[in-house]
Amino acid sequence: MSDMDFKAIIAARAALELQDGDIVNLGVGIPTLVVNYLPEGREVFMHTENGLLGVGPTPAPDHVDPDLINASKLPVTQTVGCSFFASDESFAMIRGGHIDVTILGALQVDTRGRVANWSVPGKPILGVGGAMDLLIGAKRVIVTMSHTDRNGNPKIVEECTLPLTADRNVNVVITDLAVFKVEPQGLVLTELLSGATLDEVTAKTGARFDVKLVETTTG
Amino acid sequence: MRNKVVTKEEAVSQIRSGSAIMVGGFGQVGTPLLLIDELLRQGQRDLTIISNNVGEPGRGLGLLLEHGRIRKAIGSYFTSNPVVGQHYLRGEIEVQLIPQGSFSEAIRAGGAGIGGFYTRASAGTTLAEGKEQKVINGQLYVLEYPLVADVSLIRAYRADTLGNLTYRKTARNFNPVMATAGKLVIAEVDEVVSPGDLDPESIVTPHLYVDFVVQRGMM
Repeated sequence: MSDMDFKAIIAARAALELQDGDIVNLGVGIPTLVVNYLPEGREVFMHTENGLLGVGPTPAPDHVDPDLINASKLPVTQTVGCSFFASDESFAMIRGGHIDVTILGALQVDTRGRVANWSVPGKPILGVGGAMDLLIGAKRVIVTMSHTDRNGNPKIVEECTLPLTADRNVNVVITDLAVFKVEPQGLVLTELLSGATLDEVTAKTGARFDVKLVETTTG
Repeated sequence: MRNKVVTKEEAVSQIRSGSAIMVGGFGQVGTPLLLIDELLRQGQRDLTIISNNVGEPGRGLGLLLEHGRIRKAIGSYFTSNPVVGQHYLRGEIEVQLIPQGSFSEAIRAGGAGIGGFYTRASAGTTLAEGKEQKVINGQLYVLEYPLVADVSLIRAYRADTLGNLTYRKTARNFNPVMATAGKLVIAEVDEVVSPGDLDPESIVTPHLYVDFVVQRGMM
């Protein structure tokens, strides 16, 4: 499977998690692709922590406004009905529970659904950004990531070896092979994606999980 | 009527070596690049920089760093400038990392006379080590102290000669809150108008916060 294929599969499945009217904050990487797969007619409002509610699509190169970027520092557009605000207010929205859904990437997820996504192994820890605020503040947290790392090692593990981003668990984990819901007892495998089998997912997952498969909605 | 418009040379000459300086901007958007370049030219050193990022290689605060003027950086995301990592590993710069929402709220607290606040962001993580943690309503919170500075260098869009400021799109970010938390506040703006020309309903930073206004494109 090519790089683009697996990202598209994850993004398309994540898009189905968004409900009409949701206020949504998208993290860097795969999450930014989710807007391309929204079901027709579904209206969501994109929030970016650098101070915009109503983020629109990427502009054409000759329509870039240098004062209009998203949290990945990429040029964006503004939608009708958008608003601008300062960073302190933006994070008050986040911590205050006014963001319905955030979709974030992760380096590791543990068996209780807690994530590590802010410090890169072997490098000095020099960046955290808004990840910790989003994880504790958003009403629902969805993680999108490849099922295994570059070397084929599981990213879903019993205990994270990297530092955790929050003590709170996320709600849904979507990989190129599977969807897990996080229940009080831990991870529950609910869907297999990309034609993956239960044996394959079990082999590539480093943590215990329950299985309650529902009908696959995509992939 | 008072007129706060001065040259960049005059404004920046008020800054002493050893100062703690807040600098607005998210990436380079909303960053007072003219004032930073003047600070580089005038040679103040041993600076503590309070800013979300430390510029890019060869640009903005990245230039001050490369010239060895920054002793300490306080912010949320320095990973975007690899030079920070190099200086950090050589022990040439001290780094204090704070989640972005806690960073902006600490500045808000500093400017608003608040002695500290409890947030869930970073609770239970390695970033909270050494900080007071407390269970409030069954959830773990971290005590964060306010941030204040000797000087705030901010970027706005339009100013009147009294120092009232408006901002443009996502260039607003940390600028309004930093304008409240510096003993000396210098605003770099695109345009200066007469008092009364800015709609009072659109003024984000009232003039009482601002000491000097420097207009871009003026010698």
